[in-house]
Amino acid sequence: MTRRRRRLTVLLLCALGLGTATALTLTAFQDNLVFFQSPSDIAANPPPPARAFRLGGLVEEGSVTRDSTPEGRPRIGFRVTDGQSTVAVQYSGVLPDLFREGQGVVTLGQMGPDGVFLAREVLARHDENYMPPEVAEALRRTGHWNPASGAAPPPGGRPTAGGRS
Amino acid sequence: MIPELGHFALAMALAFCIAQTALPLWGAQRRDARLMAAAVPLANAAMLSVLVAFICLATSYAVNDTSVVNVVQNSHSAKPMIYKITGTWGNHEGSMVLWVLVLTLCGAAVAGFGRDLPSVLQARVLGVLGAIAVGFLLFVLFTSNPFDRVWPPAPDGQGLNPLLQDFGLAVHPPLLYLGYVGTAVTFAFAVAALIEGRVDAAWGAWVRPWALASWGFLTCGIALGSWWAYYELGWGGYWFWDPVENSSLLPWLASTALLHSAVVVEKRGALKVWTVFLALMAFALSMMGTFLVRSGVLNSVHTFAADPARGVFILIMLGAFVGGAFALFAWRAPAMAPQGVFAPVSREGALVLNNLLLSCITAVVLVGTLYPLFLDLIAGRMISVGPPFFNMATAPLALPLIAAMALGPLMPWKRADLWPVMQRLWWVALVALAGFIIALVLTGQRALPALGFAAGLWLIFGAAADIIDRVRRAENPWARARALPRAAWGAAIAHAGMGVTALGVAGMALSTETLVALNPGQSTSFAGYEWRLDGVRDSPGPNFTARRADVSVLVDGAVVFTMTPAKRTFPIARTTTTEAAIRTNGMRDLYLVLGEEREGGAVLRIHHNPLAPWIWLGALTMALGAATSLSDRRVRVAAPSRRAVAAPA
Amino acid sequence: MSGVLNRRRLLLAAPLGVAAAAGVGFWAMLSGLQDGSFNPRGVPSALLGRPPPDFALPPVEGSTLPGFASADLRGLERPSLVNFWASWCVPCIIEHPQLMALRAEGVPIFGISYKDRAPDALQFLSRRGDPFLRLAADPPGRVAIDWGVYGVPESYILDRQGIIRWRYAGPITADIMNEDVKPLLRRHA
Repeated sequence: MTRRRRRLTVLLLCALGLGTATALTLTAFQDNLVFFQSPSDIAANPPPPARAFRLGGLVEEGSVTRDSTPEGRPRIGFRVTDGQSTVAVQYSGVLPDLFREGQGVVTLGQMGPDGVFLAREVLARHDENYMPPEVAEALRRTGHWNPASGAAPPPGGRPTAGGRS
Repeated sequence: MIPELGHFALAMALAFCIAQTALPLWGAQRRDARLMAAAVPLANAAMLSVLVAFICLATSYAVNDTSVVNVVQNSHSAKPMIYKITGTWGNHEGSMVLWVLVLTLCGAAVAGFGRDLPSVLQARVLGVLGAIAVGFLLFVLFTSNPFDRVWPPAPDGQGLNPLLQDFGLAVHPPLLYLGYVGTAVTFAFAVAALIEGRVDAAWGAWVRPWALASWGFLTCGIALGSWWAYYELGWGGYWFWDPVENSSLLPWLASTALLHSAVVVEKRGALKVWTVFLALMAFALSMMGTFLVRSGVLNSVHTFAADPARGVFILIMLGAFVGGAFALFAWRAPAMAPQGVFAPVSREGALVLNNLLLSCITAVVLVGTLYPLFLDLIAGRMISVGPPFFNMATAPLALPLIAAMALGPLMPWKRADLWPVMQRLWWVALVALAGFIIALVLTGQRALPALGFAAGLWLIFGAAADIIDRVRRAENPWARARALPRAAWGAAIAHAGMGVTALGVAGMALSTETLVALNPGQSTSFAGYEWRLDGVRDSPGPNFTARRADVSVLVDGAVVFTMTPAKRTFPIARTTTTEAAIRTNGMRDLYLVLGEEREGGAVLRIHHNPLAPWIWLGALTMALGAATSLSDRRVRVAAPSRRAVAAPA
Repeated sequence: MSGVLNRRRLLLAAPLGVAAAAGVGFWAMLSGLQDGSFNPRGVPSALLGRPPPDFALPPVEGSTLPGFASADLRGLERPSLVNFWASWCVPCIIEHPQLMALRAEGVPIFGISYKDRAPDALQFLSRRGDPFLRLAADPPGRVAIDWGVYGVPESYILDRQGIIRWRYAGPITADIMNEDVKPLLRRHA
């Protein structure tokens, strides 16, 4: 085998590898990109039924219900709103500890046949007392913190981890 | 007083590191032996200064010195002593000090063990390491000083992130840093080679142990992180393709490729430019990971408190080091002539295939991790890329990689024939095929897990075949096995470890899960056991309160063991964590999570995870392989100087 | 031969190009993080470019300032600011001087007292100064849900037609004031 042929083989192999990787990435992207949708987005453009996406908004006050699926799995129902539209959500799993009515929530799942969002994952967001980390830090540093005006700010600005089922 | 001493020590370290950068690099350029010789004592002095600073910080934590802002923010007097100490690096500032400490330790190691290294190369490597340390020390001193005081002292600390108050996470960051910093050493070697315009076998022999060590630590670090996510997050999974997890996986993939291509440089003098590129890439990816995790551009479950101002600083460093190195690469690498001829089917060819596939996997993971960020930036669309994408895009690349992993070590250098190699592996293929068929039948024809089992068996027995093949023809196989180079053993052990992990992953693909709401006294049956909720009670801890469920697990009406999953509430940090109860027998894990309480009862999630522990067992085996290889005398320091003479310039 | 060498040169310079592109992107993300235009954790407001949802809120009990309804936000002489706040919220204290400064420049600020007790709210204003043109009370936080408020403080800039042009969750610091609020108020004036 000549040097030229050898080089050609290696180049072909590389092209093949890179081509495969690109093709794989593109096909996987096509089916598995998870878009973020708000309830109004869904009202404006109902997503196809089998497509997973993330739904975010506020948990509507008084909308949380607890029951069981026909198979006996405990289930939680609530409505997610962004002020314009509302989407009903059902979730069978362990809720994150910071899940509260009136608070932000992000859920991952897909639309069911009856227009109910079936969530696989629920992540709770933000504390009610919104406090960016720089501000919390600045407060601690300057000693302006007055415990009488409320509990101490949560350390850091980390999102609150939630449960997946 | 102690914090001031620590602060002063950091400043001293900065001065030493500036000198460690300037003098040897200048000296190497002018071939001035005295200037170059200054590198060794300077590296040692820098290491000692940072060590002093680190001890000062740890002391402040141990005595809970509440006049130090960092301690106030991250510690609390009620914390157990061990977590006070580990809290030193459980926060951004402290972890950066640990990072610099490890970096200077590596510098001192290069200074100490590198006496056999050509003095110009050693001077340049130490100079580059010094420059990296300067960057990080400036970063610590100007944006994240851990020794800032607060006056008057706070009455008590504000607690550590409770998720971090855990053994796994106390050990995980230091291991990962050892790995990251290891890539800095190979990076320094690569930059030194580029400055010199020459890569030879001695260079390959020097890069390999560092790449091995860094790879071993990264493997341990990633495995520990995954184990932590498994038992602490309570989601029942071990790998979520979270951007933070990915940013530690990327340098691992690059350093795995580097490890293999460095062998080719050392033994055959080929793939030089490519190896230099991989060394730069491994460090670039570690730095990028640091940037993504610390700057707050990522949205993840385990980031440090993020701060864009720090991000700016890290990005500037990233630009200076990585940009500078790639510019140097573009300038100098074209002059390095390609060398070392080999046939496509040969040991080199197999290693090239390994590198090609690993690079493709790295690229896919990189794209999947960064794409959402760039899409948000350019189009303003919020998307996320989840596990299905990564599984689908990487598995087809991983399978040929695994297939080649057993073939490669059996191939001779330069030129090989596939047929004899296949002949020596036919029984391994038979075992894998049998495993595939058995798994297919037992799992109800689920092809992917079965393929995983086959891959695991192929790797484990393939590694065995490699060793057997080496000793088979000897008169006394046992003596021959003992006399085999440790590097050969190391490779076989690491490959087998990968196989064990593959078996674990395949097992986890068969895991089952159920969710039940039980009242006290009620029970449910799952995974061949009966699960009875006895009750839920309060159970206070040292600095948290907890709700704990008592669950009895029964077989045929008799209690075999009890499990107690809990939810902890940390009043000071105002967070809650889930404590899954895990019961393992080595072949499967029973995994129990306490959910919300309902009308006197509780929601429980039960997982049955076959072979779960094997995932981490396999990773440990891989790291053991790296350690075995490192203990090989020829991999260590003595050989390079001899080779340096012999190797053509 | 020189063609081969040039191609090789180009290939070896490619990593530099890719790294530079990624660096520029990261830089843009960071600056976006700082001015709020890039936020990986945030949820974009559904209200941008639209009028606020319909509501009518009563005044805070004991205050001389009148409450207001969505109709009151339309057809103003200058762009206005709607601010959700509470006396129990510490970042609101940080934001307060900036609101006072805006008021001094004549920007109409509509305050909505979020989940607060009237005496506490009034005491906060009497101690620190009152920046508001009108002040409405939303003790159950219902209107805040319709607006999609995450927490307090949170502010919205409305143009003269009453269309929401900007929202910001968190305190308006001096930097935010100079980099975002003032330019926006000028643009929509």
